[in-house]
Amino acid sequence: MQTGHDSHEAAHAPVNTIVRTLLYVPAIIALVYLGAIFSTELHYRILSWVIFLPIIGGFLIFFIPRCHEFYARAVSLVISFITFFLSLPLYTKFDKSTSAMQFTEYYEWIPSWNIKYALGVDGISVLFVLLSTLLTILCVTVSWTAITEKVKEFYGSLLLIEGSMIGVFCSLDFFLFYIFWEAMLIPMYILIGVWGGPNRVYAAIKFFLFTLVGSLLMLVGIIVLYFYTNKSFDVLQMMNTTYPYAIQLLLFWAFFAAFAVKVPMFPVHTWLPDAHTEAPTAGSVILAGILIKMGAYGFLRFSIPLFPQAAKDMAPVMIVLSVIAIIYGAVICLAQTDFKRLIAYSSVSHMGFVTLGIFALNMQGIQGGILQMINHGIVTGALFLSIGIIYERTHTRELANYGGVATAMPVYAAFFMVFTLASIGLPGTNGFIGEFLILLGGFMAWKLMGILACTGIIIGAGYMLWLYQKVFWLEVNPNAHYHEDLNEREFLTLLPLIALVLWIGFYPNTFLSFMEVSVQGLLDRVNVATTQQITQNIVEVIK
Amino acid sequence: MNIPLPDLKPIIPELIMSIVACALLTIEVFAKDKSKDFLGVICIGVALVVMYFVPASQGITFGGMFVSDGYSSYFKLIFLINLILTILISFRFLAREDAEFGEYYSLLMFATAGMMIMASSADLILLYLGLELMALSTYILAGIKRHDNRSIESAIKYFLLGGFSSAILLFGISLLYGLTTSTNINQIAEHLKHSEKSLTLFMAMIMILSAFAFKIAAAPFHMWAPDVYEGAPTSVTAFMSVGPKAAGFAVIGRVFLTAFESIQVDWTALLIGLAILTMAVGNVLAIVQTNIKRMLAYSSIAHAGYALLGIIAGTSEGLNSVMVYLLIYAFMNIGAFTIVILLDKGEKISDYNGLSKSHPLVAAMMLVFMFSLTGIPPTAGFIGKFNIFMSAINAGYTWLVVVAVCFSAISAYYYLRVIMNMYMKPLEREAIIYPNPANGAALLISLIMIFIIGIMPSLIIGYTFDIFM
Repeated sequence: MQTGHDSHEAAHAPVNTIVRTLLYVPAIIALVYLGAIFSTELHYRILSWVIFLPIIGGFLIFFIPRCHEFYARAVSLVISFITFFLSLPLYTKFDKSTSAMQFTEYYEWIPSWNIKYALGVDGISVLFVLLSTLLTILCVTVSWTAITEKVKEFYGSLLLIEGSMIGVFCSLDFFLFYIFWEAMLIPMYILIGVWGGPNRVYAAIKFFLFTLVGSLLMLVGIIVLYFYTNKSFDVLQMMNTTYPYAIQLLLFWAFFAAFAVKVPMFPVHTWLPDAHTEAPTAGSVILAGILIKMGAYGFLRFSIPLFPQAAKDMAPVMIVLSVIAIIYGAVICLAQTDFKRLIAYSSVSHMGFVTLGIFALNMQGIQGGILQMINHGIVTGALFLSIGIIYERTHTRELANYGGVATAMPVYAAFFMVFTLASIGLPGTNGFIGEFLILLGGFMAWKLMGILACTGIIIGAGYMLWLYQKVFWLEVNPNAHYHEDLNEREFLTLLPLIALVLWIGFYPNTFLSFMEVSVQGLLDRVNVATTQQITQNIVEVIK
Repeated sequence: MNIPLPDLKPIIPELIMSIVACALLTIEVFAKDKSKDFLGVICIGVALVVMYFVPASQGITFGGMFVSDGYSSYFKLIFLINLILTILISFRFLAREDAEFGEYYSLLMFATAGMMIMASSADLILLYLGLELMALSTYILAGIKRHDNRSIESAIKYFLLGGFSSAILLFGISLLYGLTTSTNINQIAEHLKHSEKSLTLFMAMIMILSAFAFKIAAAPFHMWAPDVYEGAPTSVTAFMSVGPKAAGFAVIGRVFLTAFESIQVDWTALLIGLAILTMAVGNVLAIVQTNIKRMLAYSSIAHAGYALLGIIAGTSEGLNSVMVYLLIYAFMNIGAFTIVILLDKGEKISDYNGLSKSHPLVAAMMLVFMFSLTGIPPTAGFIGKFNIFMSAINAGYTWLVVVAVCFSAISAYYYLRVIMNMYMKPLEREAIIYPNPANGAALLISLIMIFIIGIMPSLIIGYTFDIFM
């Protein structure tokens, strides 16, 4: 906040904007508060509404006549706001004392295959739903003037993505999960390919094919699992089934194919820099903010609890891959000349931390991993939003074309500083809490790897500060001169993210308390399965 | 000698089809109306009536030669849907292509009647009759644009190769007859159970398999498909890409799972090789095509490969998954061909550049068909593939399914290319489209079915249609 204050005084021109914008803030807080109270009072099937309101809304937007572009924007903004309000009871009504699924809904869907329409959230998934609904609003507002072509298709796709992403986090039936997981590819492919940068077609198809190959291997795994679970796709039933070790191992790798591509883990990360760089701002935010979290979420929700023994045995491999991703991603960042590409590679590095935490398989690691996913969603989402804001003015992503932006846009520079520091993991920001917990967990699991992972943070500080220096300080580049500072819309888009950065940074317990019991439940499952296995082995030896 | 009249109830659908087809030929001669549309309307009406009669026609007749059971009824339904959709997309298109002959509709009906006989035949001789009725009609249909060299070339190519495959089929049947002294499928099965495996038996099986593989365009018997699909009028291509293929699967299912039950291990091994080769050839060669009809031809070869997985599974569950797959395939493939017909110049893949700008609705529909062919949920194509994969895995062919999904991922590339051209390439030339109520109806039916089956699959899955012994 220090920097933010400084820049107030440095430049007087944007003061008016800031004052006017801050007047909105109480109104918005009041609105959210009222929305929370109101939606908490109402009784409705929260998860179904939160999934299908955006999907139906997305389809409806396609029918708005082409001449009414404003309505397409307005309708999507209203829908994304309503969805956000509807998701608020997940925060207010969530019971933090149980690891069981909450807000569950069960309906028969395809009886002949024993497929149910089953939804529910627990401490692991609930925060992602809230993050999705929040980030979608910001994606709508940041694209307000940036998208001028095929407006309704853009907003329609955006809402379709939102609905299917939330569906992924809420599904308790593997078939339903897969439907959402794959269905999301269609609007995402269109989003990158139609509104993206110059090399968008290549990036879109690469994204699609990488994800599809992984997902299809998982599909085979799901079907095999179905027959081993007594012909059921019910995830909760699967969690109570112990599978033979060989099957666990095979399926672990089949699922790895899908989840590792999404995360993305080290050898299969190459689609990410292209997709993130070429996607339009909203697409990058969705990709970095939520979509790649689905992979790590998949590990937590499926790979580890369903195949605990295999997960435990394969954890060292996963940890090594994570550490490679951390260091490799960070080192590559140092060599980037493209603004967005640098942030994209930093995602590879940061997601390496997430998978490191998850496969440390202890309380600190997993909690840190989940929190770091939320953090990364907020911070990288914010960085991509910020890049989108300046790209709209300069129309260049080359770092060489920037310099001295802080002179022209002091408020913007202040915002970017906070996100930069959060990305580095400065104490007081959310990044610190997440990375600290992960490293703690990492050290407990494997000391050497914990040490190596630390170098990732140091290099991280290197490339982020280098980036900041190049763009905001140094000589004023003519390209970056005479640009308007943030307007009210952009200011309000970034403000909630700043608030979250500091909230998690100073009081992470709000969020950690959501996941604590669920993570404990997950760890119990891993440990119980492992002991059982050992006993089994002993029994076999005795025989 | 007093020969009793056989029970005609099971064969009523085929009888209606054949009689009306003959009648259409006569009506056409005497009709003064220059437009032939009314013939198409009659066809659709008759097809709907027959559709009503099909489920009620269960039974065995002609001394066990003709069987109407749940299995054949399901396939007949696919053939009739194929016929109706094809006629819907033909109406104005034929005049545009300068191929508006009255015989067109009656040939479509004859071909469909042939397919229906194939699906119902429990005797190899009857099977051959049905197959030839279908094949001869489609040869002519492929060449119905008689002023167009490509059309004639495709008809001749199809005829020569098709005649060759029929001869091979007959050879196989005669060998089998020599071994078992019967042409009835059930009697053959009974006889083979008690006899030893012999080289002659394998020869017979391989010959029959090659002939059927020719009909479903499975590699290495697929060579005719791209050329014929490209040259034939697009509406005929749509008809051929679904009908004869489904008929081929109907006879493969019945003959191999019944007559050759005792050597299942051997023909399964052959089919596995065939399926892998078919998926590989179809998917890999589709990537390099520049003509969308050729691309769809290779894609239909690839789809035959996936469907073979259900036969390989060798269970009634597997067979049912093939049937569901073919039904879904009919909707999505004819849907895609309808878009090709809708466009004035729609044959080159580059003709679709920027289509989303000039005709967003058409582009959106093509997008749905392409994603459905790729097998992405929530479209019906996913349900079809999922069903097939599930039955194959249940039968223990997990590794084969892994191969299939790898090829399926390859297939995404060429389907996506069409979408890429429509949505991500600049508009070069404003495309002209020819919408009319009939092809609009065909599109609507396909689109609605793709989504309904994709979202509520329980409407068509979960029913078992067994082969009636």
